[in-house]
Amino acid sequence: MKNLRRRGQEFFLTLPSFFWLSLFFLIPTALVFILAFRPADPFGGIGRGWTTATIEGLADPQYLAIAWRTLWVSFLSTAFCLLLAVPTAYAVARAPERRRNLLLMLVIVPFWTSFLIRVFAWKSILHPEGLIKKTLVFCGLVDPSSQLLYNLGAVILVTVYTFLPFAILPIYAAAEKFDYRLLEAARDLGARPFQAFRKVFLPGIRQALVTAVLVVFIPSLGSYIVPDIVGGPGSEMLGNKIAQRVFVDRNLPLAGGLSIVLILAVLAPLLGVLALQGKKARIQPPEGGGKP
Amino acid sequence: MKRSRFPFIVTGLVLVFFYLPILILVVDSFNASRFGGAWRGFSLKWYVRLFHEPAIWTAARNTLVIALIVTFVSLLLGTTSALALHRFSKSRFQRVHYTLIYTPLVVPEILMGISLLMAFVAAGVKLGMGTIILAHVTFCISYVALVVLGRLQDFDFTVVEAARDLGATGWTATRRVLLPMLAPGLAAAGLIAFTLSVDDFVITFFVAGPGSTTLPIRVYSMIKHGATPLINALSTLLLALTFTTVLVSQRLSKSGALEGGQ
Repeated sequence: MKNLRRRGQEFFLTLPSFFWLSLFFLIPTALVFILAFRPADPFGGIGRGWTTATIEGLADPQYLAIAWRTLWVSFLSTAFCLLLAVPTAYAVARAPERRRNLLLMLVIVPFWTSFLIRVFAWKSILHPEGLIKKTLVFCGLVDPSSQLLYNLGAVILVTVYTFLPFAILPIYAAAEKFDYRLLEAARDLGARPFQAFRKVFLPGIRQALVTAVLVVFIPSLGSYIVPDIVGGPGSEMLGNKIAQRVFVDRNLPLAGGLSIVLILAVLAPLLGVLALQGKKARIQPPEGGGKP
Repeated sequence: MKRSRFPFIVTGLVLVFFYLPILILVVDSFNASRFGGAWRGFSLKWYVRLFHEPAIWTAARNTLVIALIVTFVSLLLGTTSALALHRFSKSRFQRVHYTLIYTPLVVPEILMGISLLMAFVAAGVKLGMGTIILAHVTFCISYVALVVLGRLQDFDFTVVEAARDLGATGWTATRRVLLPMLAPGLAAAGLIAFTLSVDDFVITFFVAGPGSTTLPIRVYSMIKHGATPLINALSTLLLALTFTTVLVSQRLSKSGALEGGQ
């Protein structure tokens, strides 16, 4: 009897979120796979019957180039984020407590700031009339006719800018718990500072590094706003193509086909990490927590 | 042991990198010049213009209405979910439930946007405020559930048991003991849901219909159509709002709130 009541309780507490996420997350995701095999109708909807033409059309070199670029941009952005996030997280974790709280808050604030506004801020300073361009030209570092905006460099720069806080927070969470006497011990045993850092500190925060890679790499695969606002025709990513198929020529099945490519690209690193970690999945909140 | 200065130098540069663009944007919003880069004197004219743009006020109202409903619904669904995950953590069913809660967090926004759009089109649902609310609740549930779950995990349940021993019914113990103790966690989760909803552009853009323009969609079309000084002014106002929110939440956290997720 008690067991039955417990079962009932579990059922009623689980049902609302389970039902909602099945209806608005699982089914729509499955639908993307199904509708990609439907033809498009001329009114921007989904036609009747089945076709594999859309999926075959994805082998177009144009799409392959864009898929490749998406991976490349995400890879470089993740690498730069890690290079900046590790020293920053380390410095914040080792700062005296008062200053640590201030630094942490300074890292968190951009995290709460509107994504669009942060991207827009870069658009206006990289603009030909903007501050950075003028400063660089004034210092003689770039040619007045050069373009800082609407290229791959701008896309990577702004991607790093928008995702860096997400990389810093999980690494900070681990760096704060790290036992720094281990570093001292390594030094006493004759390791040089960088050696101690690489062989003792980095392995000690490995889990957080993996988290940081995932929270930067996966969202940048799905990047859309950044290449849309600061990128040009030569720096389009998968997200732009999906959006164009939806908003420009309203071909939903083709947008679905491109989304499948993106889903596969996202699954690859996730499954890789899961395979590496074995079956350690436990019910616990993510390190760092917060916004996506 | 002498510590390397290098990490502190990088941190300094990172902070400059974080704040310089925002600072320039704020300064430019008071610039009389139409283009940034050259200072033509202090002026509030862009703010005055902003107040005479009815489209912005409609968008702001839509955003607020959506965010309030989304916060309420996702708090409800996320909290029940966290309670289930916590209380029945050994159940196999909860493992599936946990995966279902966790997965939306790792799915890029654009995928959620396109899949919801396809579902709404396939089901013949009219796009508008309603579809935006459904979409926002979908991504907010996970955040609420995980923040509340984090709160529940360092929670002293003997207090609830004590209430039961003293004769409180299950419901009374939940309402009079559990919920008040959970309140700071709920406040933190609500704040996150509210911010996520107000800030979301990508998913909203996919599922929005005529007459349901939100503030981020408005800002996006202004960026696309080059109303630069107006966006500077609007952004400055929104930034001021964000900074105030963060300050308030920090204050709350000093008194024990907003430690969700830790």
